[in-house]
Amino acid sequence: MLKTFQKGGVHPHENKLSANKPIQPIDPPAKIFIPLSQSLGAPSKPVVKKGDEVKAGDILAIGEAFISSNIHSPVSGKIEKIDDYFDVSGYRKPAIFIEVTGREWNESVDLSDELKEDIILDGASIIQKVKELGIVGLGGATFPTHVKLMVPQGKKAELLIINGVECEPYLTSDHRLMLEKPREIITGTRILMKALGVTKAIIGIENNKPDAINLLSKHASSYPGIEVCALKVKYPQGGEKQLIQALTGREVPSGKLPIEVGCIVQNVGTTFAVYQAIQKNKPLVERVVTVTGTNVLNPSNFLVKIGTPVSVLLGKAGWQPEKAGKVIAGGPMMGKALLNVEVPIVKGTSGILVLNREESFRPKVQPCIRCAKCVSACPMGLEPYYLARVSELEKYDLAENGAILDCIECGSCQYICPSARPLLDHIRLGKLKVNEIIRSRNQ
Amino acid sequence: MDSSILYSIITLGLIGAGSAAILYWVASKFKVEEDPRIDAVAEALPQANCGGCGYAGCRNFAEAIVKTGSLDNLICPVGGDEVMKRIASILGLEAPAVESMIAVVRCNGSFQNSPSKFQYDGVKSCAFAHITFTGEGGCPYGCLGHGDCERACTFDAIHVNPATGLPEVNDKCTACGACVKACPRNIIEMRPRGKKDRRIYVTCMNKEKGAVARKNCEVACIGCNKCVKECRFDAITLSNNLAYIDPHKCTLCRKCVEVCPTNCILEVNLPPRKRAAQSDSPAEITA
Ligand code: SF4
Ligand code: SF4
Ligand code: SF4
Ligand code: SF4
Repeated sequence: MLKTFQKGGVHPHENKLSANKPIQPIDPPAKIFIPLSQSLGAPSKPVVKKGDEVKAGDILAIGEAFISSNIHSPVSGKIEKIDDYFDVSGYRKPAIFIEVTGREWNESVDLSDELKEDIILDGASIIQKVKELGIVGLGGATFPTHVKLMVPQGKKAELLIINGVECEPYLTSDHRLMLEKPREIITGTRILMKALGVTKAIIGIENNKPDAINLLSKHASSYPGIEVCALKVKYPQGGEKQLIQALTGREVPSGKLPIEVGCIVQNVGTTFAVYQAIQKNKPLVERVVTVTGTNVLNPSNFLVKIGTPVSVLLGKAGWQPEKAGKVIAGGPMMGKALLNVEVPIVKGTSGILVLNREESFRPKVQPCIRCAKCVSACPMGLEPYYLARVSELEKYDLAENGAILDCIECGSCQYICPSARPLLDHIRLGKLKVNEIIRSRNQ
Repeated sequence: MDSSILYSIITLGLIGAGSAAILYWVASKFKVEEDPRIDAVAEALPQANCGGCGYAGCRNFAEAIVKTGSLDNLICPVGGDEVMKRIASILGLEAPAVESMIAVVRCNGSFQNSPSKFQYDGVKSCAFAHITFTGEGGCPYGCLGHGDCERACTFDAIHVNPATGLPEVNDKCTACGACVKACPRNIIEMRPRGKKDRRIYVTCMNKEKGAVARKNCEVACIGCNKCVKECRFDAITLSNNLAYIDPHKCTLCRKCVEVCPTNCILEVNLPPRKRAAQSDSPAEITA
């Protein structure tokens, strides 16, 4: 029997339309803009000014706060201005605007394709370098990777988990990366193991990607510490806590981080970025993005420079704007609808999904019939119908007692509800309010 | 048979009388001496229990007034001047001047003025829509129209008009301030009702530069400064590309309304303008 997590979970249609499409690099347009807030935590502080010339790989902004990250230039060009842009929700956010003049790289970056397997740096220097080169979690949450690698005092990491699950329907960027860069990913895994001082790593991959499982198993076979584990397909297996439970049976306690049970989880995309940073000195300036959906004529996987507008990718993949109803950054379960296709690809954009008009709307909301399907579906063991109701009634103390903050916003409850209730909408708002209340209480 | 009924009645009667005696004794022995003025003040209050005064209910407010023994900063917005005068006379204090206030909605981005660019089918909650996106009209400062203010109002005084998508305040408003707190975009302001219920204010909250603001809404304040220059009473200030009219300085002369290029200054309850009025004619027109 294949492993999977215990509680809840759902089985949305996989729709991996672009699984067979090789990763295809695309050129950035003449002007790009790079948001200053690209990771969880505080926005980065620009270190360039208007008129400066930069090369690809040069640093643009530094993350000063503990949870924050550096940002580098993906192109060579001239800084046009540092100004606000309108983000995916239509609100103002600061960004660095660059006029692209060419693709000249900073000399320190090794651009060759040659595989480098020997790890020279020691653990501490690896973490330092990961920080300098602005690596963040590429699974979607964009948590700065160096912070995750610094194990807090008194805790011990014993197992590294590499997340190759890609449980979101439609998305195939991690899948393609595993097929095309398996040896780099294995080396990246070894680098991360060295940084953490662990001897064991498990790469978890869902059973719907047998090619990736076989390929990585083959390359991992020469390293006894690395194991590839096939998992039963179930959403949201890519959630850290779910993946840890599926692979080790350990449960991360409520409100705690994976390190509490000795685990550190990194996404395969992040692992590849770490390989490039350590072995090739290449900062995180590009990523693989899946552009997909029934609206798109050629669902594709692109290697995209950070800062490239979404519209460029959509054009390349052949979208049909007249039929499109909704453009989503990320997957259909956890992604966010865009207000504007001129927003740039950022470090956290794993995919762009275009839905046709008729697929875009929610079904009509009906009263809750107390079927408890949402309760069975919730991977965190919560009671979504109850949390949504108490949030709606603004009874935030009850929401807090109901462990609303444990919700990982996976959307399983809203997906499964036969009455199409907007459960997660209410829960999100409730989480926001409960967080506010806790903050003011602690002041 | 008969006697058993009799005994029951007698026993129960005795128990009842005994309990009554005990309760009477306890009540008089442990009587809490309460200031009788609290009752008097509480009776004078409107009993709306809306919390507009900042206390949990009318009685808590009465206790607070009697305890502090002064009326500084203690105002029942619902009762207004009249009630505060009555309370002052009960306590033998000077009645504070209470300005009668009303809620005003500072956004005019109706479906006509700020047509929908997106379709939102999430929950009908302004608070949730606000954390999700700018709103269907595209203005990140404008009214979302899902009626959090309407739901917060216990006086049936504010309703979202389905034709415009904007809330409208009616005369039942008691200035309790519940809607001000409920609005995630701080669109509702408490303003003095004004002489003869006449008011002039800017119906826009957009702090973008003119061109950006106008892109989403016909009647956005573009920060052009014309009204500021026009006002002879220094009542208008401009900050962050947005004009604000100080209700205490405004004399309702309506000059600003005439010069505003986007018509974002609203006059309420002012009489219709004389058509061919000369620009320097006295602005005060009586109905
Ligand atoms: S969104 Fe939250 S409440 Fe709903 S199933 Fe996921 S974890 Fe549970
Ligand atoms: S799944 Fe929907 S209908 Fe069923 S209990 Fe949950 S909220 Fe109610
Ligand atoms: S409109 Fe606002 S201020 Fe007026 S009574 Fe209603 S909630 Fe209170
Ligand atoms: S005024 Fe504020 S609370 Fe009322 S409908 Fe508009 S956005 Fe919502």
